[in-house]
Amino acid sequence: MTDTTIRPVAADRALLSRLRAWYSAETPNPAKRVQFNRPFTPWLFLLPQLAVVVIFFYWPSVQAVTSSFYIEDPFGFGATFVGMENYTDAVSSSQYAGTAFFTAFFCVVVTALSLGIGLLLAVKADKVIRGAATYKTLLISVYAIAPPVAGLIGMMFFDMHIGPLTDIAAFFGHDLRVGIDYWDTVFAVTIISVWKQIPYNFIFFLSGLQSVPVSVREAALIDAKSGWRRFMDVTLPLLAPTAFFLLVINITYAMFDTFPIFDVVVKDKPANNPITLVYKVYLDGFKGNDIGGSSAQSVILMVVVAALTVLQFRFLERRVHYG
Amino acid sequence: MAKLSLKNVGKTYAGGTLAVSGVNIDIADGEFIVLVGPSGCGKSTLLRMVAGLETITDGEIHIGERLVNQLDPAERDIAMVFQNYALYPHMTVRDNMAYGLKNRGASKSVIAERVAEASRMLELGPYLDRKPRALSGGQRQRVAMGRAIVRQPAAFLFDEPLSNLDAKLRVSMRMEIRKLQKRLGTTSLYVTHDQLEAMTLADRLVVLNEGRIEQIGAPLEIYRRPASTFVASFIGAPAMSLLDAHIDAGAITLEGHTLARVGNSAGPVTLGLRAEDLHIAARGVPMAVEHVEELGAQRIVHGTIGAQTLAVIDAGDQQVQDTVQVSIDPARLHLFDTTTGRRIENRLHTAVHEPAL
Amino acid sequence: MQRIKPFDHLILILGALFLIAPVVMAIMSSTQNAIDIHTNGLYITPGSNAVATYGKVLTHKGGFTGDVTGLRMLMNSMIMGIGFAVGKIVLSMMAAYALVYFRFRFATLLFWMIFTTLLLPLEVRIMPSYQVMSTLGLLNSYTGLIVPLLASATGTFFFRQFFRSVPDEMLEAARIDGAGPFKFFIDILVPLSRTMMAAIFIIMFIYGWNQYLWPLLMTTDESFYTLMRGIKSILQVWIGSQIPDYNEAFALAVLAMVPPVAVVVIFQRMFIKGLTESDK
Repeated sequence: MTDTTIRPVAADRALLSRLRAWYSAETPNPAKRVQFNRPFTPWLFLLPQLAVVVIFFYWPSVQAVTSSFYIEDPFGFGATFVGMENYTDAVSSSQYAGTAFFTAFFCVVVTALSLGIGLLLAVKADKVIRGAATYKTLLISVYAIAPPVAGLIGMMFFDMHIGPLTDIAAFFGHDLRVGIDYWDTVFAVTIISVWKQIPYNFIFFLSGLQSVPVSVREAALIDAKSGWRRFMDVTLPLLAPTAFFLLVINITYAMFDTFPIFDVVVKDKPANNPITLVYKVYLDGFKGNDIGGSSAQSVILMVVVAALTVLQFRFLERRVHYG
Repeated sequence: MAKLSLKNVGKTYAGGTLAVSGVNIDIADGEFIVLVGPSGCGKSTLLRMVAGLETITDGEIHIGERLVNQLDPAERDIAMVFQNYALYPHMTVRDNMAYGLKNRGASKSVIAERVAEASRMLELGPYLDRKPRALSGGQRQRVAMGRAIVRQPAAFLFDEPLSNLDAKLRVSMRMEIRKLQKRLGTTSLYVTHDQLEAMTLADRLVVLNEGRIEQIGAPLEIYRRPASTFVASFIGAPAMSLLDAHIDAGAITLEGHTLARVGNSAGPVTLGLRAEDLHIAARGVPMAVEHVEELGAQRIVHGTIGAQTLAVIDAGDQQVQDTVQVSIDPARLHLFDTTTGRRIENRLHTAVHEPAL
Repeated sequence: MQRIKPFDHLILILGALFLIAPVVMAIMSSTQNAIDIHTNGLYITPGSNAVATYGKVLTHKGGFTGDVTGLRMLMNSMIMGIGFAVGKIVLSMMAAYALVYFRFRFATLLFWMIFTTLLLPLEVRIMPSYQVMSTLGLLNSYTGLIVPLLASATGTFFFRQFFRSVPDEMLEAARIDGAGPFKFFIDILVPLSRTMMAAIFIIMFIYGWNQYLWPLLMTTDESFYTLMRGIKSILQVWIGSQIPDYNEAFALAVLAMVPPVAVVVIFQRMFIKGLTESDK
């Protein structure tokens, strides 16, 4: 009798201690040399963030994917499984193609312009001494202006009746009709989007420039007479990590954060106006009630964004070892 | 190679701070000049003015026959070795060295030849294709020198190049630099705060204090005849002991002990005594011992005569007593004015206490 | 030391003008009256209508949509900004603390779970997010406005990085002093993190204040409208109106801009530090 009671208990205890050891085993790269060894406390600290993430991120994300395979009954009585139909419908529609092309075009132009101008201003601001602080403050302050506000102010500037830019265009012989003429609207939206994004790039480029060691810059002063040569051979390569990071951020901005600017122009009625893919998701889903189609478009965008973000992190990781 | 001349060079910053003033130095072709002094004395500022990294507010600097005040750094035909190497992190060792030449339009073959020669001299062959982050501190420093050598400039400028290296490396690199410079014969201007480095490297030393030159001269001359208490206590280790003494009726007295007969006028005087010029002997001035630093080959005995502290180097084997007799060679007394700190010539007559063995 | 040419200053001045001029003109025009603006275009000089315009915008119900005053929208924006910032800091500091200072098997897995949120911004899941909120009954509520936005890794990432850089000796000394995990967090780690918290607070406040898309979807009840939502409403009301109330629109825009811009300008150094360190 005693024999059989002892052995299971010993086995249990052994199992328990093995479980405990497994549970609190050190991960290959522990964040800290010394850590707390409580089993439940970390969960307490993690729970709020985790809960929010699971409920408001994973649940909707999963649902986005699943509902993209269904068409919802217009009377709300359920949904029919349609496989990839939503996807093929979306992609084959000429409207979608047009919007996709415009989005790509828009991303390239906005990214190029706001990166270019941001870099130029950062290089100059880094160079001057007198007034540097004032320039910096002025150039940075616009960062905090929200896209809808930028959109509103911008549209006023392009307004056909009161906008000064319309007057200037008229002076040069062009009848600027933002909101009616397609390309005029594209022009306006692009300028406004670039305007809004310049401060962000400016801040990061300036910070990147200022982290180039002074002595390396001085060595370059001795090695190369032309400022342009110094910039191309020494400064730009050292800025490359920052530039790549900003590239991804800017593309993401142009694709998604410009939503309010388009909304200001389009006001839920696209007519002849340019829109981005994310705006189409909004129109189709919330105004057009095409849940399935909208979800399919969302999933397509998800894939694009995920790819971009992964790219960014892979490169960032390399950069961390670079410095 | 060329001569370097600084005439009345000064630097005043925008806020009014005076960093350097009234500097006059004539450097002969091929000379190795060391600017030495404590932190903040203006030596780096002076070097950077020669390089063109700081503007010159007063005076003129000539490199060779050219007045360079208004010239960009890249136009002055100088090469600089920085304290933290300043290598281009994204370029290989080879590209780092070649960059300056490339920008000056040198042909590919000239560049290749010079880079090969410099890397031979500095033993950089195995590292040519590596990036700076894959090199140790000493290796990076050699690359920095390589970068300067390939340029074959009129002058080398060194800004505390050994400060970031560990002590042992510093000693070996010091010799490397000196040998290299002798071999190449390039005029060199070298900044350091380490007086030992200064003494071992220089053809001539320039001792700076608060933006002004205290003394220029060959190391031995500065060591033997320091022009002021500042120079005296800065050069030489352990530092020269500076004591209050008195000259009365033709004799120098320290705390009541007569040290020598001198022809100087009566009055208070600052007396400088180097620890290496003093000996513990059978007879001399009594000193109360406070503590002894064992160095192995010799020891430094710190003590007081009266209320004043001084140090004596002793190479003997015997136990150091609580009170020792210090013999002072009258020929090695340094006298300085008590107010200005400037050197007073020691008009020695005879010694009173015979120096012991 | 490089030669600074007047050309450099020219570029900077042009850049600054390009960025600031619209803002200035918006502020100035908000102090004029609508008819003048309609006739003369936008203004560079201040007008005399400031008190009237702002007064109306802040207090007049139905100035735009019928039920809500500018003041109410201002308050809602303030709640969004502060609520979001506080929520973000609390949640992410606690999560980062758990991931850095505790040894347990699932740490890596949980980190990756949170990290994945960076892959998909809110804009690609607006439909299902709306449906989830609808299911939970959180439409038209402050909770619904703020909490879902907290489902992102940015803060956790940032504090995790920061905590990793805190010297190990801190914890070792604290354990010798008898501090357990809760005391260590509250008595030592949080005070140490004060500057970081401030920097992140600023950025998150601006982010929350400037939210557009999410409040747009979440609120149909006008008493929950933020200033950003109000801007959309103004413009919709103009379709087909006689002379749009430009000055009021500008006034609303100014109200929407001033707090974030003021925060950025006043706390410039802290803000830049937080931005460049957190968005890496």
